[in-house]
Amino acid sequence: MPARELSSALAQGLTLWRRSIQARIVVTTVVLSAVVVSAVGWFLLRDTQESLVDERVEAVVAEARNETADAEERLAAVPGTDYDTAQQLGLLLEPIIERGESRGYGVVLAGPVGDDTTDLSTGGTRTSPFLDTASVPASLVGHFEGSGEMAWTFTRVRWHEDAALADGPGVVVGARLQLPADRDLYTLYYVFPLDQEQATLGLVSRSLLAAGVVLMFLLALLTWVVTRRVVTPIRLARRVAERLAAGQLEERLRVRGEDDLARLATSFNQMAANLQRQIRQLEELSRVQRRFTSDVSHELRTPLTTVRMAGDLLFDARDDFDPTTARAAELLQRELDRFEGLLGELLEISRYDAGAAILEAEDVNLIDLVHRVVDATAPLAEQRTTEVRIEARTSPVMAECDSRRVERIVRNLVGNAIDHAETRGVVVHVAGDDHAAAIAVRDYGVGLAAGETALVFNRFWRADPARARTTGGTGLGLSIALEDTHLHGGWLQAWGRPRQGTQFRLTLPRRAGGVLRRSPLPLVPTDAGKPAEGAAS
Amino acid sequence: MVHGDGGFRGRVLVVDDDASLAEMLGIVLRQEGFDSRLCTRGDRAMAEFHDYRPDVVLLDLMLPGRDGIDVCKEIRGESGVPIVMLTAKGDTIDVVVGLESGADDYVVKPFKPKELIARIRARLRSLDAPAAENLHIGDLDIDVSGHAVTRDGEGINLTPLEFDLLVCLARKPWQVFTREVLLEQVWGYRHAADTRLVNVHVQRLRSKIEHDPENPEIVVTVRGVGYKAGFS
Repeated sequence: MPARELSSALAQGLTLWRRSIQARIVVTTVVLSAVVVSAVGWFLLRDTQESLVDERVEAVVAEARNETADAEERLAAVPGTDYDTAQQLGLLLEPIIERGESRGYGVVLAGPVGDDTTDLSTGGTRTSPFLDTASVPASLVGHFEGSGEMAWTFTRVRWHEDAALADGPGVVVGARLQLPADRDLYTLYYVFPLDQEQATLGLVSRSLLAAGVVLMFLLALLTWVVTRRVVTPIRLARRVAERLAAGQLEERLRVRGEDDLARLATSFNQMAANLQRQIRQLEELSRVQRRFTSDVSHELRTPLTTVRMAGDLLFDARDDFDPTTARAAELLQRELDRFEGLLGELLEISRYDAGAAILEAEDVNLIDLVHRVVDATAPLAEQRTTEVRIEARTSPVMAECDSRRVERIVRNLVGNAIDHAETRGVVVHVAGDDHAAAIAVRDYGVGLAAGETALVFNRFWRADPARARTTGGTGLGLSIALEDTHLHGGWLQAWGRPRQGTQFRLTLPRRAGGVLRRSPLPLVPTDAGKPAEGAAS
Repeated sequence: MVHGDGGFRGRVLVVDDDASLAEMLGIVLRQEGFDSRLCTRGDRAMAEFHDYRPDVVLLDLMLPGRDGIDVCKEIRGESGVPIVMLTAKGDTIDVVVGLESGADDYVVKPFKPKELIARIRARLRSLDAPAAENLHIGDLDIDVSGHAVTRDGEGINLTPLEFDLLVCLARKPWQVFTREVLLEQVWGYRHAADTRLVNVHVQRLRSKIEHDPENPEIVVTVRGVGYKAGFS
């Protein structure tokens, strides 16, 4: 579980990083300033350390030189023959050790220079109490093999285990002197611990660290406050933009001052005002259009009703007229039907253009619907000696749709198919699955030329303008069918080959508002390419 | 040309602002054996109604002087006479508003004269006196020939259409009626038409006969199918 918690925390952090400019700026500022503060601190510390140590080294070298000079003076004052070597060494060393104890340094006396001078731990070496001879590095001891000059080096000061002193850094200075007793050369090492300097350095670095942490915290706070002042109006603008997008066109930003943010707010408000005006304009246009449709509807329909009734009256009485007038009455009647159909479809299409069409969806069995349509078009099929067959692969085929509109689509497709089948038969396929339902209307008639399948849905388009029109289609049928299909979120597609017939496929989502991915029926019929007669029933 | 069996079939009041249409309607109605009177103004409609006492009213909704909806409400307020709306907008809210204000049926312009006559005949059919018949539905008693519905001896005022709807359901209490079947049997439609007609009138009927119209017990909805009579 901790791993999961960690990864979820990480994901949250990443989301915050992606989403929040403020977090990004604050983190970047803190990281960059941490780098800068570290670099500056490091240089500062090194500088302090160098100057501290240099000063100390100068001081200790001077002190060592004084001590050595003192010792030489003391030795010179003693007559060479009065004392033996051990006494003279004691005389030399004791005052220095005493002074060293009071001033905080240790002393090592090595020698005489002879067979094995490099190993200080052998006998003959005298030291201050508890001082370990390992405090004098071999490199300094080696130095005196070839030279008698005074020399110094850094070292680590070591004490014996029973001393109450801790090991630490130090400086060791070496000087060579001659003992009058045996005229041998001895090396005197002064070991100065740097504890004081180390303590000072520790104090300085701790202060620097504390100052750096406080500085970074202040920087983070400052950045947070500054970015907040910038980000807050941006977030506010985002919320207002979201509300505008959701349709609350009255929303505006508050403008304060004259800075960049205020100007952004002003521009934003101007944009919103322009959008609002244009949307209002479009709404007004749409309203006017709808109003116009409604008015035209009323104004045209009333006189048409009167004409219609008069026409019916004349048509019913045509037997009493002379043949010419009777024929005129017949023509009047037929064209009135056409006019009425055309007016109806024009009004329907203008209703779509005005966006006033509403879907009233319910669960419908498409097989029943197709049967109803085929029954209703039976008189036309009979008149054209065309057989209409229904092939349903599954039963029932359900779809949530507006049955009035779908019936109109199918009626249109079947009517067109009968019209163009040239007595070779029409087959209506119905199929459905869990996501979609489809109706395909197949005829084996004249077919469509290449490229015409895209044109059939255009308003008032005709395959062959010279061809005789017999059924009095208005040229709007397929356009309305396509609009009806789009209202359902469905597909209406056409396939056609010259002299092989056409197939129109209507695909509807199983549930209203569903998205179509595939159709249960193929657009290109499986019998495409076979001889037309063979496919007819 | 003149209708064969002729004779007096009923009085029709035509309220429409279009003089030509009204006159044409008069001609067609006369040919079908109806007596008719024309009225072209909404504010004159009630006076003509009282004076003429029609059996059916044909009412346009867009009228000068007074709105057709108001006229419809006022007529329904004092009489159950069948009202058929003439409307130019068959798919809008107007139809529902018209039906809710008391109209029994509607025809959309441009209508075929025969369709209009069929609508009028269906509305007048219930005026023909049937044989004596008594039905019971819920706690209601229906005297079919007397056109009366009573609960515990107290009369309930129903329009002829609402009465027909109730009788249709009460005659076969075991059967569920789809809206299409009701349209055919009560309104006389031969093809499926607007099922809003049924919905609106069932609501109106319920508001008059149910104890609690929100939880109907006499006219019960069968979800996805239609309506049936509730058990007694």
